[in-house]
Amino acid sequence: MNELILEKLKQRFPESVESSNEFRGDLTVQIKKNHIVKVGEFLKNDPDLQFDMVIDLLGVDMYRPEGRFEVVYNLYSIKNKKFLRLKVLVEEEECIVPSVVSVWSGANWHERETFDMFGIKFAGHPDLRRMYMPEEYQYHPLRKDFPLMGIPDSLPLPRK
Amino acid sequence: MPTVVAEHPKKSQILAALEDVDTSFTDVDPLENTMVLNMGPQHPATHGVLRVLIKLDGETVLGSVPELGYLHRGYEKIAENATYHEFIPHTDRLDYLAPLSNNVGYVLAVEKLLGIEIPKRAEYIRVLISEMARVASHLVAVGSMAMDVGALTVLLWTFREREKLLDIYDVLCGARFTTSYTRIGGLLQDWTDTCTAMLTKFLDEFDQDMKEVQQLLFTNRIFIERCENVGYISRQQCIDMGMTGPILRASGVPRDLRRDNPYLVYNDLDFDVITAQESDALARFHVRFSEAMESAKILRQAMQKLPAGPICANETKKVLPRKDRVYTKMEELIHDFMLINMGIDPPVGEVYQGIESSKGEFGIYIVSDGTGQPWRLKIRSPSMVNLSALPVMIKGAMVSDIVAIIGSIDPVMGEADK
Repeated sequence: MNELILEKLKQRFPESVESSNEFRGDLTVQIKKNHIVKVGEFLKNDPDLQFDMVIDLLGVDMYRPEGRFEVVYNLYSIKNKKFLRLKVLVEEEECIVPSVVSVWSGANWHERETFDMFGIKFAGHPDLRRMYMPEEYQYHPLRKDFPLMGIPDSLPLPRK
Repeated sequence: MPTVVAEHPKKSQILAALEDVDTSFTDVDPLENTMVLNMGPQHPATHGVLRVLIKLDGETVLGSVPELGYLHRGYEKIAENATYHEFIPHTDRLDYLAPLSNNVGYVLAVEKLLGIEIPKRAEYIRVLISEMARVASHLVAVGSMAMDVGALTVLLWTFREREKLLDIYDVLCGARFTTSYTRIGGLLQDWTDTCTAMLTKFLDEFDQDMKEVQQLLFTNRIFIERCENVGYISRQQCIDMGMTGPILRASGVPRDLRRDNPYLVYNDLDFDVITAQESDALARFHVRFSEAMESAKILRQAMQKLPAGPICANETKKVLPRKDRVYTKMEELIHDFMLINMGIDPPVGEVYQGIESSKGEFGIYIVSDGTGQPWRLKIRSPSMVNLSALPVMIKGAMVSDIVAIIGSIDPVMGEADK
């Protein structure tokens, strides 16, 4: 199954697939950032694949000079009972990824959470607010340069 | 007269979001005014600290915005700064109604990363504890949903039954709530004959007690009228929004990771995947109720098939040694010291492992950089994703239906907020 998915993707989007690897049976395909929506639409609508659910969507701070952030899409096909992982690299200077809410509406809150925790913006997201942290919070806590103990006085006390 | 919104110097983002919500809902007899109602975070029917902002037209819900984060403790950040073993107690506090299945889900992900095979006995015991957790969690869900719509008796009965399961946890791992029972590559302690006896006794009484609950609720006119056709979400919307667990199955999609992507020894056990077609609050209630009965079936089989043997994998560099040996044997002392201080050295890579917990798909995604602490650990919490469908479900409902709908989603905020 993994070979079929990879073959289909490479055949359809030869310029979008950057790399792929398989670890413990999980297939991960790295996609060019700006092509994620059309790849997602293809994966969802292809009759053989039908990746109709986005199980999880998350950010990873790799803390390296190039491609600092990763956004990982964990997809599931009910028909094939199969997981697939897509990945895009995001630069720190250009921290914006096309939103996939138009493809899978379940990505909505996951993208909000990723924005909240990493400061990665999602272009075209209908309601990009913080998910967990307070609205007035200035930082993105899951970035590696955010200290574990938090930043003192970053949450103001309530006014009288 | 100025509205409440205008009095604030800065309009809060959540209120602004509510104003953006599509409120195009037509009713045959709409009242003239719309009203903003704030429900929670301190509201008994929200099952914890869920806050929902609701726009009302009379008693009809026009739109709503749920707000999470009142119980956010930053477990993903903690995980990045703890060894793989140190994070096990934190998993108890995620879905605190079924801590044992979180323990299982987490260690399965770490074992997948490490490539450890655990002994058959440990796998069977893990099935036993996951199913016990499912029964306990569904008992709370059934009881509290009945309470939300006004039937208090059922809550008392189901909590009485759940108490017996908590007593088994107590014998098994010394704690009733914060179990931390699983270990990477095995388990804390062995399953004993006392546990078998207690569980057999529980299961014998369970059928009778569920029958009593059934008699009280299944033909109860008030209960049915409060739940039927309430909180409808279509099958396609369920799939699009990534619903899992009883909500997805109550809309007719037979997705159950225990059968579709089997882990542990679920392949060897005989059970049905319960589905319903109606996709309303009543259907979700029935799915949970029947699933608890199926779990009882699995528990009986697993106890019967429970093989003898070790409960920990024989991987001295990865699995914590037994405490009595740590105190008496040099080799084990060294391993214990290294594992506690340095952690395991996993391969570089990333894995995702999902299990079918009582709320839905509970998954752990680990990015490992080869050190003793995970570089990134993501918790895929079913409650959070299921709650994202709340605005769809309560649109057009009455105010009094909201509690029934939240009860039918069965969210646990410890898990939704992480």
